[in-house]
Amino acid sequence: MPAIESAAKKKLSRQQYLDLYYFMRLNREVEDTMTRLFRQNKIVGGLYSSLGQEAISVGSAYALQKKDWMAPMIRNIGALLVKGVPPRDIFTQHMAKYTSPTKGKDGTSHFGDLENLHIVSPISMLGDLIPVLTGVAMAGRYLGQKIVTMTWIGDGGSSTGVFHEGLNLAASQKAAFVLILENNQWAYSTPVRRQVPLENLADRAKAYGISSYIVDGNDAVAMYSTAKEAVDRARAGEGPILIEAKTFRRRGHAQHDPAEYVPAEQREYWEKRDPITLYEKFLTGEKILDAKGEKEIEDKINTLLEKDREFAENSPMPPPEFASEGVYCTGDDCHKIRPKWERPISEVTPPKSSVEPVWIVEGFGRGKTSSRENAPIHFGDTQPAPEESTAKTKSLAKPAAKPPARKPAPAKAAARGKARR
Amino acid sequence: MAPITFLEAIRQAMFEEMAADPSVVLIGEDVGVYGGAFKTSEGLLEKFGWERVIDTPISESAIIGAACGMSYLGLRPIAEMQFIDFIACCFNQLTNFVAKGHYLWNAPAPIVVRGPSGGGVHGGPFHSLSPEMYFLHTPGFKIVYPSTPTDAKGLLKASIRDNNPVLFFEHKFLYRRIKEEIPEGDYTVPLGKAVVRREGKHLTIISYAAMMHTSLEAAAALAKEGIEAEVIDLRTLLPLDEETILRSIRKTNKCLVVHEDTKTGGISGEIAAILFEKAFHDLDGPVLRVASLDTPVPYAPTLEEAFLPNAQKVFTAAKDLARF
Repeated sequence: MPAIESAAKKKLSRQQYLDLYYFMRLNREVEDTMTRLFRQNKIVGGLYSSLGQEAISVGSAYALQKKDWMAPMIRNIGALLVKGVPPRDIFTQHMAKYTSPTKGKDGTSHFGDLENLHIVSPISMLGDLIPVLTGVAMAGRYLGQKIVTMTWIGDGGSSTGVFHEGLNLAASQKAAFVLILENNQWAYSTPVRRQVPLENLADRAKAYGISSYIVDGNDAVAMYSTAKEAVDRARAGEGPILIEAKTFRRRGHAQHDPAEYVPAEQREYWEKRDPITLYEKFLTGEKILDAKGEKEIEDKINTLLEKDREFAENSPMPPPEFASEGVYCTGDDCHKIRPKWERPISEVTPPKSSVEPVWIVEGFGRGKTSSRENAPIHFGDTQPAPEESTAKTKSLAKPAAKPPARKPAPAKAAARGKARR
Repeated sequence: MAPITFLEAIRQAMFEEMAADPSVVLIGEDVGVYGGAFKTSEGLLEKFGWERVIDTPISESAIIGAACGMSYLGLRPIAEMQFIDFIACCFNQLTNFVAKGHYLWNAPAPIVVRGPSGGGVHGGPFHSLSPEMYFLHTPGFKIVYPSTPTDAKGLLKASIRDNNPVLFFEHKFLYRRIKEEIPEGDYTVPLGKAVVRREGKHLTIISYAAMMHTSLEAAAALAKEGIEAEVIDLRTLLPLDEETILRSIRKTNKCLVVHEDTKTGGISGEIAAILFEKAFHDLDGPVLRVASLDTPVPYAPTLEEAFLPNAQKVFTAAKDLARF
């Protein structure tokens, strides 16, 4: 199936339009604040910028419901903010403070929240989150939760082996999973042309037999509209969906990298297409935003960030003895997650879960060399034949095709085990 | 109760845990319809259905990633490696993602990664691996390597109930070769506890998995020559039961470590270091090692026999050690 252009732009409510604007502005201001902290030597490690990519993080995460799960990548601070992470967590993480979500054990956006916000922490190895979020979607379906999972990957990360393994598993499982491929055209210093011989990275979806979209990643409303449509389709059971968001990485790989390898014309082109400026133009044109409204949002953000930055700066570093703690989860307190069943457990436990191991397909294999006999199909996608027909054809099947006796021994063992609990 | 094989013990453990707890699921290659390459999961699909016994594409990283993701919603997935050699294919997903989750961001991943390991069955260089030391060096895992059907069942049940990622290695040489009467009903064997398989006073042989049986065979031969060897079965390699090791060495004052894993970088080196740190004055002789050659596992029976430790090699080393 060919990649389709972005979904038709949705008409949003005034509040939704303003939400998108608020989070994009917040995204940028949080990062600007951190750039200042970096220059003051207050950021312990690296600092990665999503300048010019805010519409992608914000627009896609805004399409998720509270119960949905996501895992951000390094340039998805905006997605964290939309999902409900306070800026102070982002500041303390980067500053390695004891008050940070990882208490100083990891930096950047490498943190998560399993219990409340449903965020899985990224790691630096690209693509690893794809099978993980596939697994979250599989578990969600198993528990009957009707959740959708989302993660992001760059043009660079789309060349990893686990990108393929993960997306293929998601496709074969029809997992309710949306993958946002941020094509910012640079994997560190390597341009996309030297990574992938494809015009559109969305074409990768063809290999997995899944749907895909291509969207202007600098257009907030297009990004949200496309993500929302994909999330709705995934939730409805259509399987995973890949969205390629075309954009540009306006800073270097990280703060240390001046990115002199980027051609000046390319930079100029994209700087004129700043997603926040474009969106402001749209909002003022639609009379959703005026100077007064903008000032209010600015003040709200400044007040919040001032407070959170101060909190982070005044927070202590973790005590040295904390280094040796937490390798293992010991005791029951460290694992509080209990499966939240939203379907009857009886559906996944015997006898309801039990399936017949074999059924007969009449005239299986009609090729020249085929015996043209009826053959047993061990599970597979084929629906079992109706009762009578199965009974009739069974007698015609070759003796060798008789299914091996299965299950009695463990069944007894299980019954014993269960009885004693 | 009739004796059962090691393989049946594994199957019973999975069967009983899945019957008792709907959060337990099995994911891997050919685990469902086919019942696993060694038939360790035979009958599970029929009983528990598609949603709980999940056949996957040949994608070890995706299997581990998905199992980890499933655990975040409260499930307790068992992920099977068809042969443990393939665990190398998901090394990154395991060591970087799964193992570090709890330490870094309080995300426990209660998953069990299990599969057939070890040599002696002429599986050749890609179906005979002893992978334990690749992972022993990664904080966050528990590593289990049982030697008897009773332990296999009890330890696997304990591993499934554990809140940490457990790597559970099943020596395929033992699958159908040893049978044992196992306790009736639900029981577990605690992780992190070694066991003394044979009492002795002249020296201690420390081993695990298939080599535990080799060590016992050697110990029986040594007894005929008047050397009483104590044999310790480690059962869990991480966390290591230092207490049981130290108690035995303080009694026998001599230590021989026997493992099927290759010699350099094997757990024998770690045990020797622990003894030098904590029992130096209790040692009356060198810590000796009997292990496989520092080569890949060769295919030809003559070569594999030369590669692997055997009772004769253990016997000879133990006799040398007893002279001190």
